[in-house]
Amino acid sequence: MQKAHDLKEYRDELRESLDNDFLRTTLDNFAIAYRAGRANAFKDMDVRSLINDIAESKDIAGKNADKLFRDFKRNAEAAGIHVHFAKDGAEANAIIAKIAKDTGCKKIVKSKSMTAEETLLNHDLEDEGLEVTETDLGEWIIQLRHEGPSHMVMPAIHLSRYQVGELFTEVTGKEQDAEIEKLVKVARRELRQKYIEADMGITGANFAVAETGGIGLVTNEGNARLVSTLPRVHVALMGLDKLLPSLHDALRILKALPRNATGQQITSYVTWITGANECLSAEDGKKEIHYVMLDNGRSELVNDPLFSQVNRCVRCGACANVCPVYRLVGGHKMGHIYIGAIGLILTYFFHGKDKAKNLVQNCINCEACKDVCAGGIDLPRLIKDIHARIQDEDGHPLPSMLLGKVLKNRKLFHTLLRAAKWGQKPVAEKDGFIRHLPMIFSKEHSFRALPTIAEKPFRDWWKENKIKVKNPKHRVALFSGCVQDFVYPEQMQAAVELFQNNEVSMTYPMEQSCCGLPVQMMGEMKASKDVAIQNLRAFETDAYDYIITLCASCAAHLKHNYPKLVADNPRLKAKAEEFASKVIDYSSFVNDVLKVEASAFTKTGEKATYHAPCHLCRGLDVHEAPRELIEKGGLEYVECTEEEVCCGFGGTFSMKFPELSAELLNKKLNNVEATGADTLLTDCPGCIMQLRGGLKARDSHVKVKHVSEVLAKNKK
Amino acid sequence: MSSKDSLCQKFTEKAELVSAFVTTIKTEDEALDYTINLCDKKQACQLLVSGCEEGLSDKAGELCETKQTKVIAAPGLKKTLYKELAAKSEKAGFNCIDSGMRDLLAGIDIGFTYAEYGIADTGTLMLDCPGEELRLSTMISEFHVCVLPTSKIKANTYEVEKMMLTRMKKTPDYMAYITGASRTADIERVLALGVHGPLELHILLLEDD
Repeated sequence: MQKAHDLKEYRDELRESLDNDFLRTTLDNFAIAYRAGRANAFKDMDVRSLINDIAESKDIAGKNADKLFRDFKRNAEAAGIHVHFAKDGAEANAIIAKIAKDTGCKKIVKSKSMTAEETLLNHDLEDEGLEVTETDLGEWIIQLRHEGPSHMVMPAIHLSRYQVGELFTEVTGKEQDAEIEKLVKVARRELRQKYIEADMGITGANFAVAETGGIGLVTNEGNARLVSTLPRVHVALMGLDKLLPSLHDALRILKALPRNATGQQITSYVTWITGANECLSAEDGKKEIHYVMLDNGRSELVNDPLFSQVNRCVRCGACANVCPVYRLVGGHKMGHIYIGAIGLILTYFFHGKDKAKNLVQNCINCEACKDVCAGGIDLPRLIKDIHARIQDEDGHPLPSMLLGKVLKNRKLFHTLLRAAKWGQKPVAEKDGFIRHLPMIFSKEHSFRALPTIAEKPFRDWWKENKIKVKNPKHRVALFSGCVQDFVYPEQMQAAVELFQNNEVSMTYPMEQSCCGLPVQMMGEMKASKDVAIQNLRAFETDAYDYIITLCASCAAHLKHNYPKLVADNPRLKAKAEEFASKVIDYSSFVNDVLKVEASAFTKTGEKATYHAPCHLCRGLDVHEAPRELIEKGGLEYVECTEEEVCCGFGGTFSMKFPELSAELLNKKLNNVEATGADTLLTDCPGCIMQLRGGLKARDSHVKVKHVSEVLAKNKK
Repeated sequence: MSSKDSLCQKFTEKAELVSAFVTTIKTEDEALDYTINLCDKKQACQLLVSGCEEGLSDKAGELCETKQTKVIAAPGLKKTLYKELAAKSEKAGFNCIDSGMRDLLAGIDIGFTYAEYGIADTGTLMLDCPGEELRLSTMISEFHVCVLPTSKIKANTYEVEKMMLTRMKKTPDYMAYITGASRTADIERVLALGVHGPLELHILLLEDD
């Protein structure tokens, strides 16, 4: 659970996780096994269209939640089930406690339910003098340890077999060894006793099907079947988000849920309960069943124009499975009760701003969660938006406010950058790095060296070297982004060189500024919008075929976020859409539009590996173009392990969480060095800054370059 | 290959992937013999219930004492078949029951059932069990033996959707998809079979046409 009061305390908590070797190794192994398992489970399936279908069906369900609940209630009641509605967690817990009292139940067995975790149900029931036993193995373990889950599907993933062995020794009063098979059998026998004694069973529900008034439960262990069969009373607690119009909707989600959660084609058991079924221990031979439908902010969520998509979440936990930050720090630090990317969002809505304010800053914006989400939720965007909302409510921290103000004023921003060039003189080395870190950085930042500001920014060079191309085949505008303009202008110059040889006429609008992503990352939505408008005005969109940028992050931001940022202004929105449709990254333009041939480059045979920037591979769905260019450009491409995993830069993220950034970089560089290549290529100056700085700090011989630099160099 | 054969093949392949034992049989008699043999071979010590050999709390340990003989539970079978199974069980020294499952919650050896449908693309059995005895026999048995007529194998869940709806609307209903044995990976993500439900699932594909 999230307890930190401020970011500093939160960072201290994160550090503790980083020092937990067991956790780190487990999560690493899991992340790698999951990727393969998921790919295998979805083999030969059209995953994209399945996700789209789920999103559409859940959106419709969300819009009609009121009607669906009425239908569900009517059908369930007709089949002998009692249906309750709870506006919040306290009300839900009180309803369940009252059912226990009215039916004279004392002992409760529970099957895993995230909704019950959300309402902290066990605490309230125990306060009423009831005995509650979790029966899902992982849940039982964490219940005995008085902890919350650290993963949506594998709640005890943070614990070792030794810890479980010690715990079971305590529980049974008999010495236990740490053999997993044996521990599972001990749990089987110990819990069987609990089922027999229980008079009430509590489950969640994965599906609440309006057309039948029934529920569907997805489990592997089989505990939900026993919990819903043996005791004479069954209570199912579920959120409004579980409502679906038809069985077909549920079967569709069932295709994706286990595959996305654990790489299983289906779980061992899927249980469909409709009506008050037979129960031989009840006086009348019928089970007493209660459904408790929980709102707790959900009906407000489905009416929000942006956040309604949260209703699509099917609680598969995949967003944590692929999150590089979760992988470093685990679920207890990457969430409050719900964990992972969706956890950061749900925490805000279900548990409040105070629990969410630190968590939402811990998103590196790599989009891995968005890419894997079974409901196609734009998780990173929602996380950033909550960050902005919290800042709007609580006040903006000074650094983000200052950056926002500076970026809004392009001239001031560029003047500051030019001044920095003079300021760095005493500490600048000839190799392009700053000798020691400036005062504003703490020692946690020493994991990478920082580059110096270039002698001459690209914009000044362009003024002097405007390139004229006779008979151009393509007319393009260049968008440099700040890093390539002021730090790495040579990457832009390399692109210009190649373009002029390929009949590309170029324009560089001087009024362009930072793309605005850094301020958006810091939750400054207003500044982000202002910067976007400046850039939109700087470009005469209809005068070019393409707008090219060599920065993957700028490209993805310009393409996907600009139209959203100015959506409230129809004229600007139309312009932003036209602008966005012309934005293309360097590699795609050179490989797919210019279609350069290998014969145009000298073959050096030098081994090069690649780092795929998050905003290129996931943000723009570009995968093949850069790899093909490396080969065409005369190099030998060697694949790197986890090539599409974030390098840990994340723009301002690396400033805020240097320890996490350092660890992500460390993994990346280990993988890079293991390839044996001397050159590392990529398509984003931010990544280059991170990777080059890290390699310099570890004194590596591997050289980092933008793809554009190699192509310009090897061009015949 | 006929479409029926390819469905059978797909079903078998998928069920075996999740550690189910799949055997093709030609008659119901073979199913009974398979079950008796399985029960006979099961566990060196006849009365040991899964997990009882471990260090249990005194209370949980007491439960192990309640089982006195090997038990095969086969509720919901057609009468003639049940009679045959009961006779064979008696001959082999096992107790065959079709009710009273609540008195044996420590566990029974084998639950013997018939599936309504099979779903090929995931190797899933569909069992409709509104009756508690049938339901429990698939939950508290250590081995679950299930007969699936090959004519009842469908390609995917959408093809059983209509049937499901018909049954669900005739409430009350309790229906299950069963795919492989009960499993958990909650400790260090290491797969362990048989956590609350059966330790083994045996599927007998009955060639019925």
